[in-house]
Amino acid sequence: MNAAIATGPSLVGLCLREAGYEFLRQLRTPAVAVPTLAFPLVFYVLFGLVLPGKWGQYDKTAYLLATYGVFGVIGPALFGFGVGLALERHSGWLELKRVSPMPIGAYFFSKIAMSLGFGLIVVVLLSIAAIGFGGVRIDPITWLKLTGVLLVGTLPFCAIGLWVGSLVSGQAAVAVINLIYLPMSVLSGLWLPLFAFPVILQKFAVIWPAWHLAQLALGMIGQAQDAKLVLHTGVLLATSVLFLSLAALKLRER
Amino acid sequence: MGYASIAELRGASKRYGKHIALQPTDLSIRAGEVLALLGPNGAGKTTVLGLLTGRLSADAGSARLFGADPRDWRARRRIGVMLQDGRLPETLRVSEHIALYAGYYPKPRPLEETLELAGLTDIAQRRYEQLSGGQQRRVQFALAICGRAPLLFVDEPTVGLDVEARRNFWQVLGQLRAEGSSIVLTTHYLEEADALADRIVLLAGGRIFAEDTPAGIKARASGKRLRCRTRLSAAMLRGWPEVGKVHVEGERTEICSHAPEVLLRRLLAADADLVDLEVLPLSLEEAFLTLTATSASKEAA
Repeated sequence: MNAAIATGPSLVGLCLREAGYEFLRQLRTPAVAVPTLAFPLVFYVLFGLVLPGKWGQYDKTAYLLATYGVFGVIGPALFGFGVGLALERHSGWLELKRVSPMPIGAYFFSKIAMSLGFGLIVVVLLSIAAIGFGGVRIDPITWLKLTGVLLVGTLPFCAIGLWVGSLVSGQAAVAVINLIYLPMSVLSGLWLPLFAFPVILQKFAVIWPAWHLAQLALGMIGQAQDAKLVLHTGVLLATSVLFLSLAALKLRER
Repeated sequence: MGYASIAELRGASKRYGKHIALQPTDLSIRAGEVLALLGPNGAGKTTVLGLLTGRLSADAGSARLFGADPRDWRARRRIGVMLQDGRLPETLRVSEHIALYAGYYPKPRPLEETLELAGLTDIAQRRYEQLSGGQQRRVQFALAICGRAPLLFVDEPTVGLDVEARRNFWQVLGQLRAEGSSIVLTTHYLEEADALADRIVLLAGGRIFAEDTPAGIKARASGKRLRCRTRLSAAMLRGWPEVGKVHVEGERTEICSHAPEVLLRRLLAADADLVDLEVLPLSLEEAFLTLTATSASKEAA
């Protein structure tokens, strides 16, 4: 270690502190906190609990727990990174971080941690609704596996958000992210199962990373007949690598 | 050597595509001094700051902070920075912003002291979005000083502040200096550099033209602008040592000079028919140009 470098707070402490404040400030931003926390729950209650209907071989409330879980965790990932980075590049906040005594990695860490924190809250809220009011029976190990898949599965969406945030500036990112988030959610069968859609759209679902994550989540709770673990994991990993690389290229350019 | 260099550029240069932001430049910052980087927009002030604070990488040459690379975040534990514009997240309170930042440093200032110095004590619990422009600027300043770093960089600190706020700010900088901090500030007000700095570095067009005490710089920049109608050609005038820039527009000739009295005597002697004479002060921009011309002719000589 260079003798000229002063010692100071540890890297771990720094990252955690950064993440804590990031979480606090997003929680205080109604435009972020309300849609990301409330929408998945409201939709779940509406489509899963209030509207009647039997889905043959599928258990509706368990099925929608998985798909709204996906919808719930990818929102903060896309918005936290995409909109957050775009706004903060624009406002000069990122510049100030870059001249501060903190590694820029701590900034990105705080965004990932915030996405995971919000994601976990959404999953817990959905689970309370599903188990408490939807009659879903799920043992603790399965629940942990489902939650784990959902949280790890946010990575490719963090990467997509990062790329959009590096590309578009300021408020435009809100529009771009919404244009990705909402259509992808619907077309991946996160709101209503895909068998309710025309066959052509069902076939197309394979192009959406959210569909692959949904297949994994459904597989965890026995609601997918043909979840191909390796294929879906592979697609999600490839998506992460692709968008992380694109974002890194773009950010280095600047 | 009577001083220690705590930060420096060695032959550092930076370009963006074809635009040269900074020519190869040497600069050293001494312990305990207040250094003003003075120059018009686009002079390279912010580039110098960017290189010294690790935000930019030099194309050639190097930047050092206390002997380390400023791009290493640990090296930046010894500096505090206030950027020209950098809005902070809206929903955090003033005290939270400062607590977050102070946490980056090994021996930060107590929160109360930072609030006091930056004049934020009464609004410590407000959210950033509820503050006026001047108050927001003070929070940004608080972030720069909360770590008790021995070297401060402040980029155009008083732009947008009213006269009273500017005086207050100058006073606080004086206080920090008395604590032993070194301060590098950029400004395009000669008045500000004069009021605060021990040393002024004059930048224009991406290079350093002069480096001197405020008194020295003012003496050098204290030229005048002469306007008249004369039959003497611009080429001939340019040959005179006391002439800086010459500009001919129609029948009018405009001459910048760092020694206007000498020039006037020679001018009136050389052209008996000279009319419409005016003697005007130099603007700071013109002072730069005069210095530019002087240093260019010295280089040519």
